[in-house]
Amino acid sequence: MKPVYLDNNATTRVDPEVVAAMLPFFTEQFGNPSSIHAFGSSVGAAVRQARGQLQALLGCAHDHEIIYTSGGTEADNTAILSALETMPDRHEVITSKVEHPAILSLCEHLEKTGRAKVHYIGVDAFGRLDIEAYREALSDKVAVVSLMWANNETGTIFPIEGLADLAKEHGALFHTDAVQAVGKVPISLKDSAIDMLSLSGHKLHGPKGIGALYVKRGVRFKPLLRGGHQERGRRAGTENASAIIALGQAAELAAKHMAEEQTRVKGLRDRLEKALVQRIPNCFVNGDPLDRLPNTCNIAFEYVEGEAILLHLNRAGIAASSGSACTSGSLEPSHVLRAMNIPFTAAHGSIRFSFSRDNVDEDVDRVVEALPPIMEKLRALSPFWPGAQNDSKEFKPVYA
Amino acid sequence: MWDYTDKVKDYFFNPKNAGVLAEANAVGEVGAIACGDALKLMLSVDPVTQIILDAKFQTFGCGSAIASSSALTEIIIGKTLDEALKITNQDIADFLGGLPPEKMHCSVMGYEALQAAVANYRGETWKDDHEEGALVCKCFGVDEGMIERTIKMNKLTTVEQVTDYTKAGGGCLTCFDKLEEILARTNAQLVAEGILPEHEAYRIGAADPKKIKEKAKAAKAKPVLVELSPLAPSSPLPPPSAGLTTLKKIKIIEEAIEELRPYLKRDGGDCELVDVDGSNVLVNLSGACVGCQMASVTVSGIQERLIAKLGTPIRVIPVGRAAH
Repeated sequence: MKPVYLDNNATTRVDPEVVAAMLPFFTEQFGNPSSIHAFGSSVGAAVRQARGQLQALLGCAHDHEIIYTSGGTEADNTAILSALETMPDRHEVITSKVEHPAILSLCEHLEKTGRAKVHYIGVDAFGRLDIEAYREALSDKVAVVSLMWANNETGTIFPIEGLADLAKEHGALFHTDAVQAVGKVPISLKDSAIDMLSLSGHKLHGPKGIGALYVKRGVRFKPLLRGGHQERGRRAGTENASAIIALGQAAELAAKHMAEEQTRVKGLRDRLEKALVQRIPNCFVNGDPLDRLPNTCNIAFEYVEGEAILLHLNRAGIAASSGSACTSGSLEPSHVLRAMNIPFTAAHGSIRFSFSRDNVDEDVDRVVEALPPIMEKLRALSPFWPGAQNDSKEFKPVYA
Repeated sequence: MWDYTDKVKDYFFNPKNAGVLAEANAVGEVGAIACGDALKLMLSVDPVTQIILDAKFQTFGCGSAIASSSALTEIIIGKTLDEALKITNQDIADFLGGLPPEKMHCSVMGYEALQAAVANYRGETWKDDHEEGALVCKCFGVDEGMIERTIKMNKLTTVEQVTDYTKAGGGCLTCFDKLEEILARTNAQLVAEGILPEHEAYRIGAADPKKIKEKAKAAKAKPVLVELSPLAPSSPLPPPSAGLTTLKKIKIIEEAIEELRPYLKRDGGDCELVDVDGSNVLVNLSGACVGCQMASVTVSGIQERLIAKLGTPIRVIPVGRAAH
């Protein structure tokens, strides 16, 4: 049976059109885009074309506002460190408790080394940012605000444009980690107050190891890597030309399929969510029901542990992921679910299904068919499951 | 995903002896849903021969927790209680062809459930964690006795191993010094008894708490929770209590906190009222609540209760006792 891949927030399949676009740049057009000769110049032209494709997806005013990086993590690191370096009078950073580790680990490091004071803004039970706390943290001491556009675990979307406007009132730079949002929700940077934005190729059907940092024209910038004039001296190192060209192609395809994400893909997600919540008692959807990525579905199942669910799903040929502690090797459930105050009882049994345009109706049918019996089996094993008499749809956690 | 042996996978996918044993005359329960794993072991023991005739289990937990529980029942059926008591967590892991190091605590859970069930049969109270010496790891409620026993039984020689096997230190790791001390002391005993070669014994200062912390940074605290769903629609406010005198208000708050204390105490924590300042209710969280990562849930739980009782919005603020 064909495997069902529902872990597209972890990574996506590279689109065959993207592969086709990048292949010639390994063996035929292998030149260094910086070279003056013919081998180089054709590659240089292709890299420029890719920049234009990405510019179109992001809706930014100039193509040179895009700096290619090795991925989302490098883009995030570059953005925060550059902001602190270009604003030597400001030593504070604002971020949220639910950011990706690329931001959180860096912030912890900055705190530990005494380079910045970091404000971690909390979220409510739906994963929505505590905007009052954000307003309170803002001041003219803040060098940079870094808030994610959409959460990788729950899909909850932050009102990024508005948050950027607030940062501007205090003269702080505004960066957003938009790795999960780019290609899934429409973005238009040219009229926004967003100064910097990170994206990653492999989340939008491009290859791994390529990403980009958008830096608005006029924003002061300090490079992370030094050693060459590439990317206008903002990111040294010979361009990863084939991957850059692939990212450009992936961006063009993402723009083309944007409407599909919002309609067909969202339809698949909604159907799965509705069917599971209907068929499986004691479960609920995590994340903001009103403002969420169209492809992400995070459901907390009570009385069962996530790893056990994933092992069974894997055997049924279904790939998903979990916020449970046991799958990651740490002893705690996901920092995102904890920040949302989802009780441990349910956080341990949280499963994320993330769709992409590669998914079809049958994938949903397969999960809807496979999951209820798995849940029944695991709950029958659980000493906490009150049994058949409990068929209430209402979520009332019972704690140990 | 974990590198589980085929036997672990088999015992997970096709667990033997799962379910409720109606004729059980010995029951052992360990773990808690909040900690991520829990096991209820049920035995049917022949009162004359003391032979375990049947055993069943119910487990909440990951793949290796379920496999370890099932393996345990397979190992002990047919054994006498005295024979069964000699089984160690390592026997359970060996039966399964080994467990990943981070999952060894699953086998320890099986060992503990068996001890608890036998004690239950014999009418003894199994000394659970909190009664065996001082509580060392507050995050997971692990005491000195349990740590010593596990070190001896498994000949553990590093602090990381102690965390993998007992979860102690898997949270905030403020107990690092204590873990080190117990490990060094217990290792010295093992060396004296000729069980452990001297060069393998742990020496204080050999481990770097910072490195361990990095690994264990993702700590899971033992949460202190009150019955409250963050997603439950907030209950409509009861009629406003404009007529309440301050004295009456304080009395209601006191009563509400009294009602909640048993829940907190059950998890080794406590809460007392310090002061009422207008709409601010100052409380002192103590015991396991201190440093608990779920303390904010506890506070919001208390707050919700108080708002429901008083019918007027108040804020619950945790304060240190010394501050007032």
